[in-house]
Amino acid sequence: MIKAEWFFWLVGGIFLVMAAQMLADRTNPKRHGTAAFWGLLGLGFVYSTWVADKSAPAEPLGAAVLAMVGLAGFGFTGRGAARTAAPEQRAASAERFGSRLFVPALTIPLVALVCAVGVKRLSVGGEPVLQKGNETILGLGIGAVVALAVGMVMLREKRISVPLHAGRSTLESMGWVMLLPQLLATLGAIFSVAGVGEQVRRIATSVLPGHSVFPAVVVYCVGMFLFTAVMGNGFAAFPVMTAAVGWPVLIEQAHGNAAGVLAVGMLAGFCGTLVTPMAANYNLAPAALLELRDQYGPIKAQLPTALALLGCNIAIMSLFAV
Amino acid sequence: MLVLLGVLVVVAGFATKRNPLLVVGAAGIATGLLGGLSPRQVLAAFGTGFAASRSVTIFAITLPIIGLLERNGLQEQARRIVTRFAGLTVGRFLALYLLLRQLTAALGLNSIFGHAQTVRPLAVPMAEGAAERRHGPLPPEIREKVRSFAASADNVGLFFGEDVFLAVGSILLITGFVNTTYHTHLEPLQLALWAVPTALCALAVHGWRLLRLDRTLLGAPLGTVARKGRKETAR
Repeated sequence: MIKAEWFFWLVGGIFLVMAAQMLADRTNPKRHGTAAFWGLLGLGFVYSTWVADKSAPAEPLGAAVLAMVGLAGFGFTGRGAARTAAPEQRAASAERFGSRLFVPALTIPLVALVCAVGVKRLSVGGEPVLQKGNETILGLGIGAVVALAVGMVMLREKRISVPLHAGRSTLESMGWVMLLPQLLATLGAIFSVAGVGEQVRRIATSVLPGHSVFPAVVVYCVGMFLFTAVMGNGFAAFPVMTAAVGWPVLIEQAHGNAAGVLAVGMLAGFCGTLVTPMAANYNLAPAALLELRDQYGPIKAQLPTALALLGCNIAIMSLFAV
Repeated sequence: MLVLLGVLVVVAGFATKRNPLLVVGAAGIATGLLGGLSPRQVLAAFGTGFAASRSVTIFAITLPIIGLLERNGLQEQARRIVTRFAGLTVGRFLALYLLLRQLTAALGLNSIFGHAQTVRPLAVPMAEGAAERRHGPLPPEIREKVRSFAASADNVGLFFGEDVFLAVGSILLITGFVNTTYHTHLEPLQLALWAVPTALCALAVHGWRLLRLDRTLLGAPLGTVARKGRKETAR
């Protein structure tokens, strides 16, 4: 069975190799801090295996995470000169290989697709080939490895260090944004342990006016929207808002259609995901990946759509579901 | 109410554009301590949170191959291809991307598209190529706008496509929570069907905004800069 953990080790290993490349990169004025940051990230990926199955204490990993926060947050990381080909070389290469260049790029989604649909059902000796529940992640990983092999053969590139250096440049240009999504997921977990949800529920119930239905729909949807924006995803907001408003008022009192109320309520939360920097993997990481000067560029592009869809969700719920 | 201070730290931090890592780290420590965790438990919460959320960082695995292809002119080729299709404007291209992203997500194929896998190497150079063919060389503000909208097409398509698929996390979260908390029985299929109207609204609203890009990109005063640029290259 191919396990998701192996794949995390591979990612951790790549971070460690890149950290070594960064340490040796004299064009980077902050090479020690940068290498320490990515090295800790790589070690954390591997050590997490035993934290996840609870056979190792989580505190050292937490300390490492805070060390990474300190390194990047106080400006000890930087980037070296990008090792890439000159524009003329790129154009010449594009001329030479033409659309064959798309083959490795499209290999990633293709292999991911095959894994998610086909290999998922395969099993050898009673064990599934891919660890259950992790097929898409594994598909992405296997796809990337296969694509790398295809690409290196096609481009006649014999040195594995060339793609690693190229990937490292992208990582350095993204910098600390890479760590933010995981840190925000952690913050969400701390929020729920500390009882932030209970406080939000109290506020939501206190603004709920009487027994009328439409205001309750608005409170439920806008509550999901705002709470999701604060937490970064709808998963933490959903149980809280549903227990406060969705179930007792809209379903039990108003006899709403349970599936309709809950599904549309969740989608109102997704509108909140579109507008919050807390959903860093969707909103801030792409800004870094696409080298935008305004890190809120994607959020600004999404804001009008998000508000319009919030209105749509309120309308759909009040017209059809309650 | 004290634990809500953590939320306040986050909002204030993001609003004043402090380094987000420090903001989130500080908010986590503050909320944990105010919520009654010991410093050791806070440390452990950061550790377990990191371990449990590694899957959001795994897109890094695609960076070496994408980097290798970019060195060899992948983005240049994506631009060249798009300029061959006369009718393909930046708005139409991005609207098509939105539709494809939504359809594949609705079939449960969430990770075949994504910011690292498809937006950066393919969608952005294609969108820019389509815009350049019509408007000439793009000034930096327009380039930013095209890229931001490419990212938005991916996000909107994913969010409002995936819930139409039965086995996605958010649907299973709803059925899991409701069926255990309220001792009822909801089928994932019912929920997935209720996601269809919003999915259609998302396609209409965001698709329309993407199509409108063709006109807004042309609009003065930025458009005049772009048109002037085109004349210069023609000469």
